[in-house]
Amino acid sequence: MNKNVIKAKNLSVGYGANVLLKNADFEVKSGDIFIIMGGSGCGKSTLLKVLTGLIEPLEGSFDLFGADFLQTKEKERRQLCQKTGILYQGGALFSSMTLAENIAMPLAQYTQYSQKTIDELVSLKLALVGLKGYENYYPSEISGGMKKRAGLARALALDPEVVYFDEPSAGLDPVSSARLDELMLEINENLKTTLVVVTHELQSIFAIGTNSIYLDSSTKTITAKGNPKELLTNPPNERVAEFLTRGKM
Amino acid sequence: METLSYKLTQNTLEVVLSGDCILQNLPDGLPEMCLQNKVSKIHIDGKLIKTWDSSLLVMLTYLSEIAAKQHIHIAFTNLPSGVRELLELSKESAPNRQQQIALRPDFLTRLGGFGADMFERIAKGTRFTFDNLKTFFCSFFKTMSTRRVDFLFALEACGPSALPIVLLISFMVGLILAFVGAVQLQTFGAQVYVASLVTIGMTRIMGAIMVGIIMAGRTGASFAATIGTMQVNEEIDALKTMGIPVNQFLVLPRLKALVLTMPILTMIADFAGIFGGAFVAVLALDIPLSEFVKYAVNAWQLRHFLVGVFHALVFGFIIALSGCYFGIECSRSADSVGKSTTNAVVYGIVWMIVATGFITLVFQRLGI
Repeated sequence: MNKNVIKAKNLSVGYGANVLLKNADFEVKSGDIFIIMGGSGCGKSTLLKVLTGLIEPLEGSFDLFGADFLQTKEKERRQLCQKTGILYQGGALFSSMTLAENIAMPLAQYTQYSQKTIDELVSLKLALVGLKGYENYYPSEISGGMKKRAGLARALALDPEVVYFDEPSAGLDPVSSARLDELMLEINENLKTTLVVVTHELQSIFAIGTNSIYLDSSTKTITAKGNPKELLTNPPNERVAEFLTRGKM
Repeated sequence: METLSYKLTQNTLEVVLSGDCILQNLPDGLPEMCLQNKVSKIHIDGKLIKTWDSSLLVMLTYLSEIAAKQHIHIAFTNLPSGVRELLELSKESAPNRQQQIALRPDFLTRLGGFGADMFERIAKGTRFTFDNLKTFFCSFFKTMSTRRVDFLFALEACGPSALPIVLLISFMVGLILAFVGAVQLQTFGAQVYVASLVTIGMTRIMGAIMVGIIMAGRTGASFAATIGTMQVNEEIDALKTMGIPVNQFLVLPRLKALVLTMPILTMIADFAGIFGGAFVAVLALDIPLSEFVKYAVNAWQLRHFLVGVFHALVFGFIIALSGCYFGIECSRSADSVGKSTTNAVVYGIVWMIVATGFITLVFQRLGI
């Protein structure tokens, strides 16, 4: 049985008095493509910010690779961060750096590799996402879809065990979106990387998701867990059925 | 063709809408007319409507609101399906004004919130300043997550790029100082002392302040805008999740560059200002250049010069920290980048003036 890479315990997230999600309990198993889904404003991205350590939860805790993330000291937290990567909505590439410099940054920060090795690794990571030859391009010189793929290459730079995705399909045309889904499946299959994906794109959810949670903005809780396809055939409640069928129940 | 006809039967007003019910054709005052007739029921029939636009919806919505207030029963029949649906949609409106006012916290709550917010901002700013000063001093003893290229870019932006404007402004300030001083000194026949005035004024404080103001407007604003845009593009979140310290990666190179260049720019500004003074003295006051130089050299003192350089160092810290702080605190909108940039300049200059007052007071007590 696959081990847990993330285990959330009684997690409540939000901003000050504005609670978006309360008492969330869920587990992400190694090798999963775990979807965090729900309507707008249900707290998906806020939950992701908590899981990546950008903000503190209002209540509860979560384990990352077995360690209580919120109780870790700065050094230990940085070590845990090295085992994770994240792809933001817009790619979040550093605009003053070339794609190669962007991808080399975590490598230079955390490894003792020589510049030559780093250059080779950068080319390899770019090739992995279909951007070989774009090493010296700046983010402003490439399209939105390419930015996301370059962002993914940077997220994969340190061979992380978990990669988080924040709305990966946002702003992409259907073809680019499908290509990104395929890429995510390949990474999951070939590198055995666990993927945690925040999205509300149904096509992506059904194409890649192996496990999921549904965040309900009205009850502010998780109201469904499981494989998205199974949830579609056997929805636990009306809201989930409505969401997964785009309201055409 | 009339778009509206009506008849009054008992207590019911029967209104028939017809033809092109658009803005140009709809008559004013239908709701008022309904009220004047003291009816208890209004029936609106839209069977004969050919075309319509938003003005019909506005009129019907307004009529419904007035009817509800006056407890008049209103019924619509045979309205085009689009009008019907849009009327239904318009009913699902936002909370009304009273509800919005009720949601608004009272004065004391807002005042308390403002105080708490202010306290939090001061605490955050203080923590940011101390963290970065610590990082700055530690950077001389241990390796930091700073890219040399970032430091060199910042150095170029803070130094050579700023030089032309610093030279021009300082020259003009020296020139103005000399003119203003000469008017007063001429009354005592002591206009030659304009050289001493400009030399002491520029080296002790004016050079540093002018460079500080230029750099706050130029470099501090640029720091805030650059880092603020990074915040909007989630680049700072990416840094944090990669475990790269933002203070070391973004703030430190800028802080070091500005702290290094500010004293140098101030020294250059001092000389440019004195040169501006000399320009006025020679061309407008008929003071020989040799006389000006003699008095300027006599007035020049190392302690004044060092006080100016010290001010420049402090201003370098203030401007860089202010620019970086407001950039990092920027929220996720284009508008907030503008606000951050403005705040960086305003707070940078305000804190520079506060620091000048404090340093002047301390140095005066110490007899420097």
